[in-house]
Amino acid sequence: MSGHEEEIQVFHHALKIKEDVCIGCTHCMKVCPTEAIRVRHGKASLFENRCVDCGECFRVCPVVAIMVEQDDFDKIFDYKVRVALVPSVFIGQFPKDIPTEQIYSELMGLGFTHVYEVEHAVDILAECIQLYTDNLEASKPVISSFCPAIVRLIQVKFPALVDNIMTLKPPLDISAMYNRKKFRELGLADEEIGIFYITPCAAKIAAIKSPVGEEKSEVTGVINMNTMYNKVFTAIKNKDKETCVVPTRQYLAPRNILWTLTRGESENVQGRSIAVDGIHNVIEFLEKLENEDLPSFDFLEMRACDESCAGGVLISGNRFLTVRRLHLRAEASQRKLSNGQTPSNEILAHKAYLVENASVEKVKPRSIVKLDDDMTEAMKKMKKVHELMRHLPLVDCGSCGSPKCSSLAEDVVQGRANISQCIFIQKLMEKRNIFTKEDSFQIVESIWGKEKFERKWVFDL
Amino acid sequence: MHFKFHTEGGDFTNAGRASSEVKKILKQLNVDAQVIKRIVVALYEAEVNIVAHAFKGVIDVDIEPDKVFIRLTDEGPGIPDIDLAMKEGYSTASQRVREMGFGAGMGLPNMKKNVDTLHIESTPGKGTVVELTTNIK
Repeated sequence: MSGHEEEIQVFHHALKIKEDVCIGCTHCMKVCPTEAIRVRHGKASLFENRCVDCGECFRVCPVVAIMVEQDDFDKIFDYKVRVALVPSVFIGQFPKDIPTEQIYSELMGLGFTHVYEVEHAVDILAECIQLYTDNLEASKPVISSFCPAIVRLIQVKFPALVDNIMTLKPPLDISAMYNRKKFRELGLADEEIGIFYITPCAAKIAAIKSPVGEEKSEVTGVINMNTMYNKVFTAIKNKDKETCVVPTRQYLAPRNILWTLTRGESENVQGRSIAVDGIHNVIEFLEKLENEDLPSFDFLEMRACDESCAGGVLISGNRFLTVRRLHLRAEASQRKLSNGQTPSNEILAHKAYLVENASVEKVKPRSIVKLDDDMTEAMKKMKKVHELMRHLPLVDCGSCGSPKCSSLAEDVVQGRANISQCIFIQKLMEKRNIFTKEDSFQIVESIWGKEKFERKWVFDL
Repeated sequence: MHFKFHTEGGDFTNAGRASSEVKKILKQLNVDAQVIKRIVVALYEAEVNIVAHAFKGVIDVDIEPDKVFIRLTDEGPGIPDIDLAMKEGYSTASQRVREMGFGAGMGLPNMKKNVDTLHIESTPGKGTVVELTTNIK
């Protein structure tokens, strides 16, 4: 499209549509919070620059045609030191009777040389967030940078709010930075250090492969949590314990264990703070924030998934059970603390270095909402959109291959679709003898593909 | 381009609909994000004023490539002393309205701060006309 900056730049996405598997239904198109999906020739297709990698499409796909890009597990063996960066929600998916030690020892058994819990970095980050929030005069409330899908959502849909996004790295990046530094100091070369994150969601993969606000991620690779869960659970079921070593683990404080769950951040930031989870809830909240139709807040925790990372698209277990297991773990950790456990954390020895490198650049907007860069041109287009809307049925049925009547109107004005894709318009045209039945059929066939009409059973009934 | 919205007095649930719509339109027109913010904040204040004080009102929005002009015309009690109403903290809102988090006496001053020109005309007992003009570079 002419003059559309966002159509020229290409962004890395972790979500891909497998064309050979896609059956061309409308489930993904209907749930996409940024209207990034259309159906053409019987297959879902993605507007790369609208996608924020939230993974809502992945959740609803009835035939698993949406895949999450990940690194091959065997890639870990290219490195001498193989660190598994594990978020606490990984543990949460396993039944309660499987001890944490066993889960970690199975990770070692699978080939990792070290297991490191991402949330240790909270001991560095929590203080940084507090200082950041306290010292900021303008651009309040601070919006957490924790969830990469939310950062991307704000970039594309709420460009006026990008300056509110905290310019601090999330715990994952800080823990990766720490591990890399630690092994460098032990005399290892960068190419010998493999840091692999076990991810509960697609957005984190996109964040690592094409980071916002920093040049390159310290994480070497990303492994899908589903894959790891299956590998570990299989190993546990087969009880090949003799091959396993229990890794040395450090004490993780209750606050750290709960950090990735809803209110994990907000309850630890002093001042007026609030937590919102679920991407549609976040959108509703950000709309209000833009209107200044909210009481004043210092800090907003916003997570794309319902129940935050426990509800990540790559989590195998039930989100509520995951939350419960983490709460039980936090309670046990609290008891240890009460019984005299000293909350030591190795990462604190590198505090100065990590704090100094915890900042990222300001996030830049990349609006998907604008009809044109030039306002006069945009006004012309908007008039056309409004004109088209008067003819469309407002049913939002999706039969045209666009998620809503309004998105079809925009697609038409942007030259991506034709108004005759609407089946109501087709019927009207047939009635007025402008279209033949064959004309309408061909249009529908080009949107939904020939296969959809080759199903004999429809006529055999 | 011209847009028209209607508001009902006392309908706080729907207060903000016009500002949300206008925000959406201005985003589509690629108006600078900070300018949109100012316009929307001022319009929201004005919209809530009609809901809080008047019986009903009409909001006319005119968008041109160089400016956005908004006129809010209401049928209501009017403002007896506009200068007083412009003072920060001055409020005539009822207890019920204040309990809902509105009526802190910042409406008009906040509007003035956010737009380039604010013009108010009022006839006590009949109604008020508020005009907000914002330049777009």
